[in-house]
Amino acid sequence: MPRAARTDCVWFRHISGVSRVFLFFLCACVFLGDVPVHAVTPAILQRAPDFSRPALNRVPVRLAGYRGKVVLLDFWATWCAPCLTEIPHFMQWQNQYGPQGLQVLGVSMDDDDSAVRRLTAKLRVNYPVVMGDEKLAGLYGGILGLPVTYLIDRNGIIQARFQGETDPARIEAALNRLLSAKPAQR
Amino acid sequence: MKRILISLPLQIGVAAFLLLRPAITQAQFEPAGPVSAFSIPLGSLLQPQQLNRMLQKPSKEPPLILQVGSHLLFAEAHIPGSEYVGPGSRPAGLDMLRMRVSSLPKNQPIILYCGCCPWNHCPNVGPAYRLLHNMGFTNVKVLYLPSNFGDDWVSKGYSVAKGS
Repeated sequence: MPRAARTDCVWFRHISGVSRVFLFFLCACVFLGDVPVHAVTPAILQRAPDFSRPALNRVPVRLAGYRGKVVLLDFWATWCAPCLTEIPHFMQWQNQYGPQGLQVLGVSMDDDDSAVRRLTAKLRVNYPVVMGDEKLAGLYGGILGLPVTYLIDRNGIIQARFQGETDPARIEAALNRLLSAKPAQR
Repeated sequence: MKRILISLPLQIGVAAFLLLRPAITQAQFEPAGPVSAFSIPLGSLLQPQQLNRMLQKPSKEPPLILQVGSHLLFAEAHIPGSEYVGPGSRPAGLDMLRMRVSSLPKNQPIILYCGCCPWNHCPNVGPAYRLLHNMGFTNVKVLYLPSNFGDDWVSKGYSVAKGS
């Protein structure tokens, strides 16, 4: 091959390689833009750690008891403004998607339950709320900032994690995907 | 004259927009409570990497580092050597803070932090900073954690202690 042609080829291959990297990053950015925050959290695509504790109304709640349903697990607190913005959406979804198999479960990260009881009564929260602690937070990789919302599929597998202020439409879209998916045969 | 009459409303509109613009911008941030974290002067903010560097160098006069947020989050993870003094958003928390610093000299270096939720919604650091400022403390810094303690401190690999 003539030298000039070889040079052209090298140049072309070089540009092509750079372009490939650029395209890769472009595609990654486009796709990752729709992925829940902290999608790299180890808990994603793993079985949701089971826990059991009484709800505020003293009825025992066990996460594994919701197998077959899509669970929206919401870590929140009464002092967390973005958490309070989300609660009305979760209540509405519990009503709207409950018949399709959605179960919302709240885990309050408040230091004591008095404010939680007052607020949930005032808002008439229509799903169970339990009190969280270090142990439960640790099971979910540490809850070191609120809100944190997990979506768990009908097989008990964590499919998404949203942290911080999140557009409710993003959570709802992910929720709809899980509700329309059939549970795996076991 | 006619041209002036036509352009006058436009000029008034532009002037009104320019005058109201700061208020409009502020409203978009929706301060968390009566004393927003945005009330803290920029000069009093400390970046996480700055504090991390400070912690790595032994100092003759180490700052008093106080967590003014959730006790549960403190128990999960906190800055080594820091103390929990109660949520700045509640009177009981501010009382604990007042009591903790009451015997200290007014030039004592103090660093406050919370990281419970995004900075623009933190209900704790603003009231805590204001209390210390009103008490006459002159060397108070607030750790700027834009997202939360997990993202802006723990995930950066900075040192962490656990427990109460």
